[in-house]
Amino acid sequence: MSDSSPVLAADGRPLKASLNHALRRQKIRALLLIAPLLVFVLITFIAPIGDMLFRSVENDIVSNTIPRTVVALDDWDAASGEMPDEAVFAALALDLVDAVAAKRHTQLGARLNYELSGMSSLFRKTGRKVKKLDMEAPFQPQFLAIEEDWGDPQIWVTIKANSSKYTAGYFLNAVDLQNGPDGIERRPENQRLYIKLFLRTILLSVTITLSTFLLGYPIAFLLANLKARTSNILMILVLLPFWTSLLVRTSAWKVLLQQQGVINDTLVWLHLVADDNRLELINNATGTIIAMTHILLPFMILPLYSVMKTIPITYVRAAKSLGATNWTAFWRVYFPQSVPGIGAGAILVFILSIGYYITPALVGGTSGTFISNRIAYHISSSLNWGLGAALGAILLALVLVLYGLYDKIVGIDNVKLG
Amino acid sequence: MNKLPPYATLGQRIWHYTFLLICGLIFFFLIFPIIIIIPLSFNAQNFFTFTPEMLALDPAGFSLKHYADFFNNADWQNALRNSFQIAPVATLISVTFGTLAAVGLSQSHVPFRGAIMAVLISPMIVPLIISAAGMYFFYSRIGLQGTYLGVVLAHAVLGIPFVIITVTATLVGFDKSLTRAAANMGAGPVRTFFKIQMPLILPGVVSGALFAFITSFDEVVVVLFVGSAGQKTLPWQMFIGMREQISPTILAVATLMVAISIVLLTTLEFLRRRSERLRGMSPG
Repeated sequence: MSDSSPVLAADGRPLKASLNHALRRQKIRALLLIAPLLVFVLITFIAPIGDMLFRSVENDIVSNTIPRTVVALDDWDAASGEMPDEAVFAALALDLVDAVAAKRHTQLGARLNYELSGMSSLFRKTGRKVKKLDMEAPFQPQFLAIEEDWGDPQIWVTIKANSSKYTAGYFLNAVDLQNGPDGIERRPENQRLYIKLFLRTILLSVTITLSTFLLGYPIAFLLANLKARTSNILMILVLLPFWTSLLVRTSAWKVLLQQQGVINDTLVWLHLVADDNRLELINNATGTIIAMTHILLPFMILPLYSVMKTIPITYVRAAKSLGATNWTAFWRVYFPQSVPGIGAGAILVFILSIGYYITPALVGGTSGTFISNRIAYHISSSLNWGLGAALGAILLALVLVLYGLYDKIVGIDNVKLG
Repeated sequence: MNKLPPYATLGQRIWHYTFLLICGLIFFFLIFPIIIIIPLSFNAQNFFTFTPEMLALDPAGFSLKHYADFFNNADWQNALRNSFQIAPVATLISVTFGTLAAVGLSQSHVPFRGAIMAVLISPMIVPLIISAAGMYFFYSRIGLQGTYLGVVLAHAVLGIPFVIITVTATLVGFDKSLTRAAANMGAGPVRTFFKIQMPLILPGVVSGALFAFITSFDEVVVVLFVGSAGQKTLPWQMFIGMREQISPTILAVATLMVAISIVLLTTLEFLRRRSERLRGMSPG
């Protein structure tokens, strides 16, 4: 066979082309198998996440409800400190007539109220009287007659600041900032809420991660070094809580930690606590930490265990035979080899705990709640969806960064279950 | 933990037994809250602690009234029915799509494998509250919010990462020459899949299905947002029960759910052993 003539496959085509063709078919077949699921996940999961991210910056209500006013306000100088001229008020009158007819002025007021309190009532009050406006006479005095606040430049600054289609306002709000007359500024002291809540969420999650580590390490060590038969039996004690419904475990703690619950009763019976001085273990941060440490402990033990299983016990023996004490052999030889397991377990527990909602909501009271509880509040109670979405986006970013770290250390493919 | 050697010093002995004691206490912490609710659920009183009669093992201190309440209360029965209407369908969807995709992902040449895997695993990584918020927004736009279908789809997608992980794990040890041999003897791809591949990866598929089922059966955050009163599931009912006035019926429900998890755990353990045994037998 000479070098110039290509190797041929059985059907007479060049082998290279034939192999490429087969490889391409293989790739297409693999993709076809994956495609239905990928489409399914994209529609039912990724699109909702995208929608949430979109809502955190979306801001079309002002420009859609009072479009003429927004255009007219372009010529107004926000820094002048005076109220806008007649042209703006005329535009506002026309816009409000339409808005009231479509019953959208209250939504607009509610939206602007997030930025400046009093806006909601201003729009409701004006909306009620908009029909009585004299369309021939100058509008400025008429508006001022309805409500003096229309003369306040701050109102107009707020409207102008929110007239673009997209806003960073929700994100600013989510980190306790706001758009003031002179650019971005911190919110007033009594409205700063979220930085503190984020810090608390992180602090509690770190505490929970640390306590799962302290409790999980000895257990994983014991399980990894016992005979297979014994360790399989003891493993059930770890897996049963892992498989038990989250709500069951939370309700168990809710029952146990009550002031009239089993733990307090036992402590009183042991005379460790006075009957009239029972411990407050629930509806505060203590309750959240205890319950969540219990709930997340298996997530620390399992990765630790799978790493410790691979550490040869002969290394420790070698260290001891070279004269190391028990402690030195553990600390200098065994412990460093278990660090990957600690990393995997700690990140896993931290990721899970930072986004927890149910347990803090049920046992956390007010001092033990997380940022997730605030997100839920904004979505279902205060209906400030934009702010809820912005808080969610920040939390998501945090989790994704940690997840990237986890992927670096452990790899997604190495996630094991049970 | 090996036995203490006969030459161990006193200090070593003390440390050894202290360590065992510490481990014992941690095991106690792990299992105690789950075990304690079982006797408490038989309380004859509406208390959440042991009454003197119970401690004296007096039969009058125990009763099944909380169980009776669970089985006679329309709210709880409704919730139970909803749970069993949602979870199996969601499981079926995630297992069908998930197994298919896992087979695709385990082929040797998959373009963008990393990116695809990241997307498919993401429902497990993203905090539930964020998934719930996003689904609430998006499903309201397309009219799925507050519907049975919406909840089923949401639960199905939450179960998918578990199916993918368990099935790909079984496929890692899968001997490809078996499918080639089948093809060689004239079996088509579909027949090869059902006759050769499926029986071998079945343990992975079933444990993935169990994970998906328990994910849906135990899920409360997403259903709170995506569902409406008509889709009130068991965990949802428990959540309400604990938020408002906590009734001891919850303990009876909790005990029943612990029983369910014991059954699931046993099944999974059985499957794991079987799969290990099968793999030990297959060559290569």
